[in-house]
Formats: sequence, C-alpha cells, structure tokens
Amino acid sequence: MSASVAFEKARAEGRAALVGYLPAGFPSVAEGIGAVKAMIESGVDLVEIGLPYSDPVMDGPVIQRATEQALAGGVRTRDVLHTVEAVAGAGVPVLIMSYWNPVEKYGVDAFARDLAAAGGAGLITPDLIPDEAQEWLAASDAHKLDRIFLVSPSSTDERIAMTVAHCRGFVYATAVMGVTGARDSTSSAAPTLVARVKAAAGNLPVGVGLGVRSGAQAAEVGAYADGVIVGSALVSALADGGLPALRTLTQDLRSGLTP
Amino acid sequence: MLPDDRGHFGPYGGRFVPEALIAALDELDAHYRKAMADPEFTGEFERMLRDYAGTPSLLYDATHLSAHVGGARILLKREDLNHTGAHKVRNVLGQALLTKRMGKGRVIAETGAGQHGVASATAAAYLDLECVVYMGEVDTKRQALNVARMKMLGATVIPVTTGSRTLKDAINEALRDWVTNVDDTHYLLGTAAGPHPFPAMVRDFVRGIGVEARAQCLALTGALPDAVAACVGGGSNAIGIFHAFVPDADVRLYGFEAGGDGIETGRHAASITGGSHGVLHGSRSYLLQDEDGQTIESHSISAGLDYPSVGPEHAWLHDQGRARYQPVTDAEAMDAFALLCRTEGIIPAIESAHALAGALRVLPALREELGHEPTVIVNLSGRGDKDMHTAGEYFGLFDSGEVIG
Ligand SMILES: Cc1ncc(COP(=O)(O)O)c(C=O)c1O
Repeated sequence: MSASVAFEKARAEGRAALVGYLPAGFPSVAEGIGAVKAMIESGVDLVEIGLPYSDPVMDGPVIQRATEQALAGGVRTRDVLHTVEAVAGAGVPVLIMSYWNPVEKYGVDAFARDLAAAGGAGLITPDLIPDEAQEWLAASDAHKLDRIFLVSPSSTDERIAMTVAHCRGFVYATAVMGVTGARDSTSSAAPTLVARVKAAAGNLPVGVGLGVRSGAQAAEVGAYADGVIVGSALVSALADGGLPALRTLTQDLRSGLTP
Repeated sequence: MLPDDRGHFGPYGGRFVPEALIAALDELDAHYRKAMADPEFTGEFERMLRDYAGTPSLLYDATHLSAHVGGARILLKREDLNHTGAHKVRNVLGQALLTKRMGKGRVIAETGAGQHGVASATAAAYLDLECVVYMGEVDTKRQALNVARMKMLGATVIPVTTGSRTLKDAINEALRDWVTNVDDTHYLLGTAAGPHPFPAMVRDFVRGIGVEARAQCLALTGALPDAVAACVGGGSNAIGIFHAFVPDADVRLYGFEAGGDGIETGRHAASITGGSHGVLHGSRSYLLQDEDGQTIESHSISAGLDYPSVGPEHAWLHDQGRARYQPVTDAEAMDAFALLCRTEGIIPAIESAHALAGALRVLPALREELGHEPTVIVNLSGRGDKDMHTAGEYFGLFDSGEVIG
C-alpha cells in the first residue's frame, strides 16, 4: 500500500494527513509494536518506523536518546522489518525511515525485497540524496516501493525539481534548518518551502516535518501542507507517559486536522 | 584528476548528508575552487603558512636513528615543528581563510584529543572568527589541558554527551550544529574525510607537506625516496605527504593505521585493514561496523588515530594498490616512540610514532626488494608534548620516578 493512499484518503476528507514517527525497538521491540498500533488506532494516517542507528546526525536529543536505548536493548535491522510486518495489516501504509549505512550493509536490493515482503510501503532516506541513490532507485523500482527524499529551505529550485522527480509516495519537506525536535513555534520558512515544492511536485503530496507537537500546530501546518509529520513529540509522549500519553497526543494532533 | 566533480574517488567519497547541507557544500566547493585559482588567496595562504605556521618544515636526515636501525636512510618530515605542533595547522589556516572569504564569522570544529580543536581555536583567534569546538565528554576529561588551551585561545568547548561520547559523536554534534547554523557558520572539519568537497579540499590544504618533502629529498639526496610512510587516522597527514608522490610510481607509499591491541582482538582503529565498505559522516569509504551497519567504536592508544573510518581517497589508493595500508599496534608504536626519543632527542606524537614503527617494520623487506639501503621519508606529523600523560603512564614514569632505557 503506497503512502499516496493515505494522502488520497485524507484529501478526500478535506484535511491533511497525519504522519507519525516512532523508532522500532523503543522501549523494546514488542512494546514498540504496541505503540505503533496505538498510534494507528488513535488516528495517524501513515506510519514511519525509525531504524535506530549509531550516528543519527539529523536527530535531536529526544530521538537520539530513544534510538540509543533501542540499540542498547539489542534491536537489529531484522527487528525493524519485523515491526513493519507486525503493523502493516492495521490499515495504514507503513514506511521505514533509515540512515543509509544500515540499508547499504543489509544489501540495498535485499532490504527492498524484505521491506516489500513485510508489507512496507517504502523508505524515507534522510541522508541519501538522489544524486547518490542509483542502487536504491533501481531496487525501489524492482520491488515497487515508495522512495521519499527530503527537501529543505536551503534547496535550490533546481534541486527541488530534481528531488521531487525521484520521489514516489510523497515529498518530505524539512521545514526548519536543523535537527528533529519539538518546537514552540512552527517555522515561518515552511509555507514558502511548501509553495516552492508544490510548484515542482505536480500531484505528489508534500509532507512537512520537524517541530510539530500539538493539535494547534498541526492545524497550522495542515492548512498549507498535504501531510503533517510528527516525530519527537510522539517519542517524548511515549517515553514520559507511555501508551495513554501517546494516544492522547495522537488524538490531539489528529483533531487539529479534522475539518 | 580525482575526485570527479561530485567528489567521487572511484566508488568512494560523494555526499551522504541531509539535503539541508547540500547548498552549503556546493557553496563551499565553489568558493574553494575559486580561491585556489586566485593568487590573492593562495598568496595569503602561503604567507600565513610561512610567516605564522613556520613552513616549509624541515626534512631532517635522522642519521642517529638510521645508524641504529642498521643503515637505511630515514628522513623525517618535521611537521612537529609547525606552530601548534602538527600538520593540522595547514588545514585550519586554509579553511579559516576560506571562511573569511565566504563572509562567515563563525567556525565549528570537532576534536578527539584536542589537537584539531586547539589548531582551530588558534586559527580562529588569528583570523578573528568565533570558534566553537565539540568534544566528546570522555575526551574533555582525558584531555583537560587541551580544553584549557582552547579556552585560553577564546574558543567555546562543548562537551558531547550522546552516543559513545568520543570523536565520532563530536562529529555528529558538529554536523547538527552546522545544519542549524549553516548561514553564518563554516564547519572546519579536521581531516580529509566527510562529504565532498572536504576530502579534496583538506588534501589540497595539506598537500604542501609532500610537495616540500619531494623537493627537499631531491635536493638532499639527489633522488626521490624509495618509500614514504605516514600514520592514517582520518587520513589528512598521510594524503598530505602522499599526494605529490602519487605520480612517482617507484615511490612506495605506506599508510599505517592504528592496530590498537591487534586487529585480531577487535580493539583497534584500522578501518582499511580491519573494516569494511560503508558510509559514515558523509562519505563512502572503509569503516568499522557490525553486521547491521552500526558503527563500532575504535580503540587506539593514540587519540588522533582513534576514529572508526578513513578518508575516501585512501580507500581508493588502497583498492588501486597505489598505497599499502598496514596496522601498527599500540605496543609497536610506543616502542618507536621511545626509540625516537632516545636516538634523536625528538618526542614524536604517538600518532606519528605509528608511522615510524611501520616504516621500521617494512625496512628489511624493502632493503631486500631494492638490493640497496632504502631511503624512507617518515611523516612526523606532530610532536608528543600532548602525549606525555599517556606516555608517562605507559612507561611507568609517574609511579617509580624511573626513566626507561
Ligand atoms: C600529530 C597527529 N598526527 C596524525 C593525526 C591523525 O589525523 P590524520 O590521519 O587526519 O592525519 C592527528 C590527529 O589528531 C595528529 O594530531
């Protein structure tokens, strides 16, 4: 099930899609699976499962700590694929978000094959740009997977056009210059970036990430983006308040998007 | 001429970074190319290297050491005599000058033992730039004196408390800072690794080592050396001395990696000889990683070599067979450290002692292969003042008050 399904459904309901991120293996593989299921039950339209990595340069402290804990608990790449498999039947598309080296180490085609077999929709690659992605472009074609590359406020128009031309599923717009982490105010750069991306993206949905932590902020972002991506705030909720807090925040975020 | 215009050395190098950094890397690449073609920039860089850093460094005919090891001619490229005590000053002056030219007012740097941090703080003080140095918390405790040096020079030192709290995590934190503050900040990376254009740019800033050594060797001996040896951490001093010799097919190039307790123990920092292909910190190269591609922590008695990857050009030179890479254990390096102290009255950096140990190890085979006494240039990349704590503990100088020998 491609990520585009989630965007179409939300669009049909006249709202932006809610995209929720949680790392696999946090706080344990089984509890992580439970958390993703709770997030789906509470209203996310699309799930991103983070593959914990030793050197997460795009992540702020919250996600760093969670993925460190997952790694310390012994999470393996196969556990991440298992997590995808365990939640893929719950009715929403499931993507993996991974730094590049673990994918390359697994074998790019093998990873694509096993992700597809697990029922995953595709892969978000925060440190892989299309310029370096030959093998992944081929593997994602062969196994019919979404590939989501990132664009940023510093991307030139040429790079935005090139990047969206290589995306399938949606385009991930990182709204602020910086690492992941909840912020009090969403970025003023975001609407401008989304407009620039939309001009290049045609019908491809644009998701906006980095910083959203409340229903009110989700509403703000949902007014100009096709999808609102939430990570650190959900991880914090799960870390501090367990499943009840995770459900409450997810519902709040989702209510912010209800027309 | 490598790399290609996207920073590839064969399959290595490139850019494996968030898209948010691509514009800054493109900007840096454009400025650096222009600067290197601008006599005003290259002239000022040369002037700073000469008048401020004290280059060209000597090529010292180490006759005592040579006699001690039985005849070869060992020439030491004395980068230890540069201002701040290592080859690293060349790279930081180049990048700091480029930072000025780009109109940026702030530099950030990572440091392990503190050498690159001190060099960066020095260049920042000299060129009036704000300087922030990221250093693993573990390292700030191990290297308190260098932390004080950086602060004395006006830099802010930020202890990094994530991951393994060492050099690789300091690089991660510097990259996070850069992604956030890229408009007014240059990331002054300390070695010939990272995303394009860093490996090529750092090489070009330090390649004077080899250019000088080549001319000095010709002047001194009337011939090129038979071999050139350097230690390899991230790879900057090694590529700096190798590069001018790469076209000289008869000059053997040896890179000595930190073998730590020995490759077989798994406790080492030998990315090429004990690692595998992968991507870390923005480029494809060799690295220490587990089955899942998670980075494995490196181990070496030498903080400057304690890094789990290596610059992409070395990966390429290795695969081409143009340079040969071998591990040198902590124990071998410390033997060479002591030997150089005693024979020549030169206390080398422990990093550089790896190069010397490796060179001494390959001498017999080289002598046999050549049928004459080999001439070998060893890059003495730095001085050992910073290492006296480690050396003092290793040789038991603090407990007994005795000296070795
Ligand atoms: C004296 C000296 N030599 C060598 C190195 C290793 O770095 P590289 O491999 O980049 O030359 C260092 C790093 O701190 C150093 O201080």
